[in-house]
Amino acid sequence: MAAQSTLSEFLSGARSGVPVMLAIVPFGLLFGALAVDNGFTIAEAMLMSAAVYGGASQMVGIELFGQEVAPWLIVLSIFAVNFRHVLYSAAFGPVIRNWPTLQKAIAFFFLSDPQFAEAERRRDGGGRISFAWYLGMAAFWWVAWVAETGIGAYFGGLIADSHALGIDFLLPIYFLGLVMSFRKRPLWLPVILVSAVASIIAYKIVGSPWHVSIGAVAGVLLAAAMPPRIQQSVERNA
Amino acid sequence: MSTTVWIILAGALMTYLTRVGGHLVLSRFDRVHPRVEAGLNAVPAAVLTTLVAPAAISGGPAEIISLVAAAVVALVWGGMMPMFLTGAAVLIALRHFIG
Repeated sequence: MAAQSTLSEFLSGARSGVPVMLAIVPFGLLFGALAVDNGFTIAEAMLMSAAVYGGASQMVGIELFGQEVAPWLIVLSIFAVNFRHVLYSAAFGPVIRNWPTLQKAIAFFFLSDPQFAEAERRRDGGGRISFAWYLGMAAFWWVAWVAETGIGAYFGGLIADSHALGIDFLLPIYFLGLVMSFRKRPLWLPVILVSAVASIIAYKIVGSPWHVSIGAVAGVLLAAAMPPRIQQSVERNA
Repeated sequence: MSTTVWIILAGALMTYLTRVGGHLVLSRFDRVHPRVEAGLNAVPAAVLTTLVAPAAISGGPAEIISLVAAAVVALVWGGMMPMFLTGAAVLIALRHFIG
């Protein structure tokens, strides 16, 4: 591929990442502020954002750290919150099967919720997933995430009234938007209904964060269990 | 290194394992069974739903109405930004008026 088009792919990836980047800003700031509040240094907060690079798991980790929970339990909780990525990884691997191993290894590091969702959305729209496009989006988000964490940690109490600004509920709205964007896929409605009910029940009985994996597995199993004929009759939106 | 740094690095390693693990397991098989493929195709909607549903039922009227408004905008106009801004605006307005 010519250098020109690689660069334009990279920039196109970054451009596609703007809405999510804006949506994530409050969470980066919030994580930074919470991290310092729970006993992290600014550098440690930024290291966590850079190395873990998973907002929800970082929030859970920092919360447990503040409660002085045993380190192994904090690590296990981060693993539990991020366990859903196993499903992304399995689904996304075949998409990038022709990439060189190093590119794959890098791509999997950045395989966050929005990264996976945006890549799938691009595929649904008939777009090609190139490494340059993928990295353009990933690098943009990663740099922003680490920087926001640092700013949030530095300014601690910057967000005076997060409830009035709805900050605590922006992520569910954003995730709902992603759910809606997959509505042309086969079995979309049955899958989300089953996942919704299963995750709510698991949330009440088993508790967070296991409701995520339990609810997701329920929806995925439903899709796998449906007769193949029904699935073939519904053409994938291309 | 401090315990904090060790926790961060171990958490990062575990996270990377989840991000690469699904692929490493699946790539051991030559052909993907249609049912597996159908299941994988349902992954994004299934996972993301579980991040919305419990939050929705734990929320009050402001949260639920903002989600409904956002969903309607997504159905009618499509695209992420209009639905996201609508949801956020409705949420902020309702929290302002009904608390």
